[in-house]
Amino acid sequence: MDVILQQTINAISLGGVYAMLALGLAIVFSIVGLINFAHGDIMTFGGYGIFLSLAFGMAPVPALVVGIAAAVVMALTLERTAFRAMRGADVVTLLITSFAVSEILKVVFQNAISARPVPISLPAGWSGTYQVAGTTIGVVPTVSLVVAFTSLLGLSLVLRRTAIGMAMRAAAEDLEMLKLLGVRANRVVAIAFALSGLLAGIAAVIWTAQRGSVDPMMGFFPVLKAFIATVLGGLGSLGGAVLGGFVIGALEVLTQAFLPDSLSPYRDAIVLALVIAALLWRPDGLLPARSATRS
Amino acid sequence: MQTALALRGLDVRYGPVQAVRGVDLTAARGGVTALLGANGAGKTSTVMAVAGARRIAGGSVFIFGRDMTGATPDAIVRAGVAISPEGRRVFSALSVEDNLTLAGSVVGDAATALARKAAMMERFPILGERRKQLAGLLSGGEQQMLAVARALMSGPRLLLMDEPSLGLAPQMVDRIFGIIEELRDEGISILLVEQNAALALDVADHAVVLANGVVAAAGPPQDLKSDKLLQAAYLAA
Ligand SMILES: Nc1ncnc2c1ncn2[C@@H]1O[C@H](COP(=O)(O)OP(=O)(O)OP(=O)(O)O)[C@@H](O)[C@H]1O
Ligand SMILES: [Mg+2]
Repeated sequence: MDVILQQTINAISLGGVYAMLALGLAIVFSIVGLINFAHGDIMTFGGYGIFLSLAFGMAPVPALVVGIAAAVVMALTLERTAFRAMRGADVVTLLITSFAVSEILKVVFQNAISARPVPISLPAGWSGTYQVAGTTIGVVPTVSLVVAFTSLLGLSLVLRRTAIGMAMRAAAEDLEMLKLLGVRANRVVAIAFALSGLLAGIAAVIWTAQRGSVDPMMGFFPVLKAFIATVLGGLGSLGGAVLGGFVIGALEVLTQAFLPDSLSPYRDAIVLALVIAALLWRPDGLLPARSATRS
Repeated sequence: MQTALALRGLDVRYGPVQAVRGVDLTAARGGVTALLGANGAGKTSTVMAVAGARRIAGGSVFIFGRDMTGATPDAIVRAGVAISPEGRRVFSALSVEDNLTLAGSVVGDAATALARKAAMMERFPILGERRKQLAGLLSGGEQQMLAVARALMSGPRLLLMDEPSLGLAPQMVDRIFGIIEELRDEGISILLVEQNAALALDVADHAVVLANGVVAAAGPPQDLKSDKLLQAAYLAA
């Protein structure tokens, strides 16, 4: 019972991080057709934002806010400097551009800060535990879970209920038509990038709070999982990205908790094999992008 | 002369393809100007260039007397131009009402946008009935009405309509041409692209025929209708 509750919380909080990253990737992909390889570096930049704020003596909570803001600024900067000029290029060209941007950022992180992990020390109380009905539960995973859910819910409200959300859904379907209506498309695209940066920044906060350090590759591995999540959920489908993220998170935690030790080196292989099996069963993903067209 | 739209030597290119070459066209204010021609003649390229969605390789575009050559689509909308594009292009994953709301979001004043939306639902009752339905689930004719209503949300003085009757049942075609006449009577200038030359020449005050990207003929509809050679070459329905 003890293990199951704790592992469930771990699974959901890890899945929440993947879901936020996958949703950020999916929002940008659905509008400009960019598979943003540099998304992980946006997350890493958020991590360094936290590190530097703490290093300059800022209090923990403001430092986390600075980290999130740093990720948003980085996402907007990349859109403006690297991706806007490439708008309309084909998917492969965009992918390679983002790959180059990602490599450049990693080199900058290595040389400007450090190739090695730098510590992020948050107050000792934050890594504490609490008791529920005799079960010990970590504070950080619980807070992560709440933050991830709140962010995802908030974003889905923005997409479904606000004017800018409506414009983003329309842009995903037909960006040129949106422009023809007189809507300033650059603004809509910039806001999509800002939202993806916001989610990456929040993911960076959760990730660094759990791991206690930042390094140039910090964002790479979770975003790799998030890519897999977007494909598993259905490329271009926002709901699919979120679902895919939670599925991957759950599979990882379950395999870690319940696989016998002799099989644990094969954990990633087992998770990926399950993903491939799911894609063979549903080639368009678990929740394909909905197309409401009359047949 | 009061003109809604004047094109002077318009060129549009797609790489090596010269889709539009030196096209001159004048659309009078308050009238219906028909832009005719066979498949691939360059009609859509011309209209999309006017709307700011195709790069203009040469020549000029004057909208209500102002030089708008190379302006962005949003500047062109603010200059009073709206488009019902080829293929309708309604946002299929948005509801009928959200399609209109989105188009109204470019109107500075929220009350005006709301009033216009209500007026559209009244003018096109089917859109009012289906307001909550996804636009992608409307019939072709209903989608065409939504495309026109969406264009009208910005309160245009010049409406570009690219093949509004394509693929519609005869009854629906009549309805669309009825709407064109209504809008003209309300003082909206219209540039009407059509393959259905006979119908278009019936409502138009002036017509321009494109062939392979150049103007093959231009003049009053009666003249074009009586020109047997022209009919056979470019306007065979
Ligand atoms: N995006 C594009 N890229 C390359 N060539 C294009 C593009 N759009 C149009 N063309 C070419 O430009 C020419 C004119 O096309 P356009 O769509 O303007 O013709 P149209 O008169 O509207 O034809 P239709 O009646 O079939 O709609 C054609 O030869 C077409 O193949
Ligand atoms: Mg056309």
